[in-house]
Amino acid sequence: MITKPGLLAQTARIPERNAIVWRGAIVFKLIGLAAAIAATFVFSGYHLFQLTMVIIYAIAILGLNIVTGYSGQISLGHGAFYAIGAYVSAILMTQYNLPYWATLPAAALVCAIVGFAIGLPALRLGGLYLALTTFALAITLPQILKYRAFEDWTGGVQGIVLAKPDAPFGLPLSADQWLYLFSLAVGVVAFVLARNLLAGRIGRAMRAVRDHPIAAEAMGVHLALLKTKTFAVSALFTGVAGALGAIAVQYVAPDSFSVFLSIVLFVGLVVGGVASVAGAVFGAAFVVYMPNVAEKISKAAPDAIYGIILIAILFFAPSGVAGALARIAERVRGKDRFKDGIPLQGGTR
Amino acid sequence: MSGVLHQVLSGLATGSIYASLALALVMIYKTTHHVNFAQGEMATFSTFIAWSLIEAGFSYWVAFLLAVAVSFVIGLAIQALLMRRLANAHVLSAVGVFIGLLLIFNSISGWIFGYTVKAFPSPFESGNEKPVLGGYLSAHELGASLVTLAVLLAVYAFFRFTTLGLAMRAVAFNPQSSRLVGIRVDRMLALGWGLAAALGAIAGIMIAPIVFLDPNMMAGILLYAFAGALLGGIDNAAGAVAGGFAVGVIEALGGAYVVGTELKLTIALLSIVAVLIFKPNGVFGRHVVSRV
Repeated sequence: MITKPGLLAQTARIPERNAIVWRGAIVFKLIGLAAAIAATFVFSGYHLFQLTMVIIYAIAILGLNIVTGYSGQISLGHGAFYAIGAYVSAILMTQYNLPYWATLPAAALVCAIVGFAIGLPALRLGGLYLALTTFALAITLPQILKYRAFEDWTGGVQGIVLAKPDAPFGLPLSADQWLYLFSLAVGVVAFVLARNLLAGRIGRAMRAVRDHPIAAEAMGVHLALLKTKTFAVSALFTGVAGALGAIAVQYVAPDSFSVFLSIVLFVGLVVGGVASVAGAVFGAAFVVYMPNVAEKISKAAPDAIYGIILIAILFFAPSGVAGALARIAERVRGKDRFKDGIPLQGGTR
Repeated sequence: MSGVLHQVLSGLATGSIYASLALALVMIYKTTHHVNFAQGEMATFSTFIAWSLIEAGFSYWVAFLLAVAVSFVIGLAIQALLMRRLANAHVLSAVGVFIGLLLIFNSISGWIFGYTVKAFPSPFESGNEKPVLGGYLSAHELGASLVTLAVLLAVYAFFRFTTLGLAMRAVAFNPQSSRLVGIRVDRMLALGWGLAAALGAIAGIMIAPIVFLDPNMMAGILLYAFAGALLGGIDNAAGAVAGGFAVGVIEALGGAYVVGTELKLTIALLSIVAVLIFKPNGVFGRHVVSRV
């Protein structure tokens, strides 16, 4: 036998334990959803907009998590897919007068295709090559968006200004409230889809590829194809987030999608928790609220705070906020230790 | 025709700078199998150090040497404080730490030195520009390529002819065996980091008069260095240098005749993708077969 049973068994869940956790988790999630809906009427103005952005970033980070967390392929350029989704949505709304909700599937499709095309050469090689290629894509994209030949579509350096959608069917909601609820609905669908994908056969194959590619290949996983498809799905999620982001911010421009956006998504991923669906939400909240806090700590160099937190998390809490919470929960319940997630820190040499 | 020659020569001149940054990347890759995404921001920081020393009244070459020395120490410190602990870590941790360093250096550069674009002096030009080589190169381009060529030769001589260089190559080749014959592996790795940071500093100082100095100066340059390193083969130092020169020429010719200056970075992206599709180990790289 060339497989390592311990490694692969770790990715399969134990059924009885699962049933208890599952019931608890469902209740927990319903309470969370109710609270999220209630927030529509508790917050208003800028605070509600921030919550909308938390949902949008959560979807984007979830996309990044699928490829980086679950499949182990590092992308430093997911901001590019966010940007492409945003631009597809903006162009379709302004040039082709499509309703805002109809642009989301289009953004998803375009991003999945671009993701597949970018992933195809880079993922055959694995390791750092995808990180390099996606990093290059993230640095290059603003320049492509500014290019004169595309100006009729992209609006060049000025970008595109969008109108804010109103609540449909005469619902008694403000535009902000409707936008929040719409994003929440998209977010719930995205998270359910992602959870089902990751809990099933494909998700197990992804984790096998991450933890032991050779064993996975021996078990019949087509490495290059699975990695490329995973990357496409991941780009799809982030693209939908980008489209939602364009609608929420009502403005797209090349310089809002610099390499820094990709880095922010990466930081959100690590802080929230690598290989954790719930981690995407924590990461998004960090990304949205952290700049305010960082400016209070250091007005001069807020990005340095990001960098320091990122390094500190990697050294001291490599499974992020989600991992830390899960460990606390396990300890309270007295169960064995949290196992899901990448062994980030190796032993000493 | 003379236009093409002009572009090729000026491409070789900027290519020499890409080559030294690509060599810095390869130096770290060969010893640790990590790609230093912060290499560009570290170089920018070093360039700012040189700039502030010149502003403070030091002569150009004194500022140059001091900045390179400080960068060397910064490189040593990063290896000793952070990277040493990540020796066997998952690649995601290493990339994350590099991204963290990128953010820290970028932010600190902007904080200490400001975000306004600054002109950087060139030691090879004294105001009244006299084109050299029959008008094909500016004095700075020629001077910068001579400096980087001299540095590249010095690095080659160091690795080829000194015992220390041999020890460093041994560590890159096989750390376990090196330790068994008494080489201090950690010190060699730290030295490699220091040298890479110093090389980046030289590249930054040489390119700054051309692209002007601001905290985001090196983002594009790093991309060309990546493209150069991949083109030559990321585990091949000589190949990376040749790749750097080649990317410089491709950039100059492509920018002048194919896509225009607005899409120059796209050339770097396309070269990276093309290399990965057609020659994934680079032109000079070895095909590595790992044993299952």
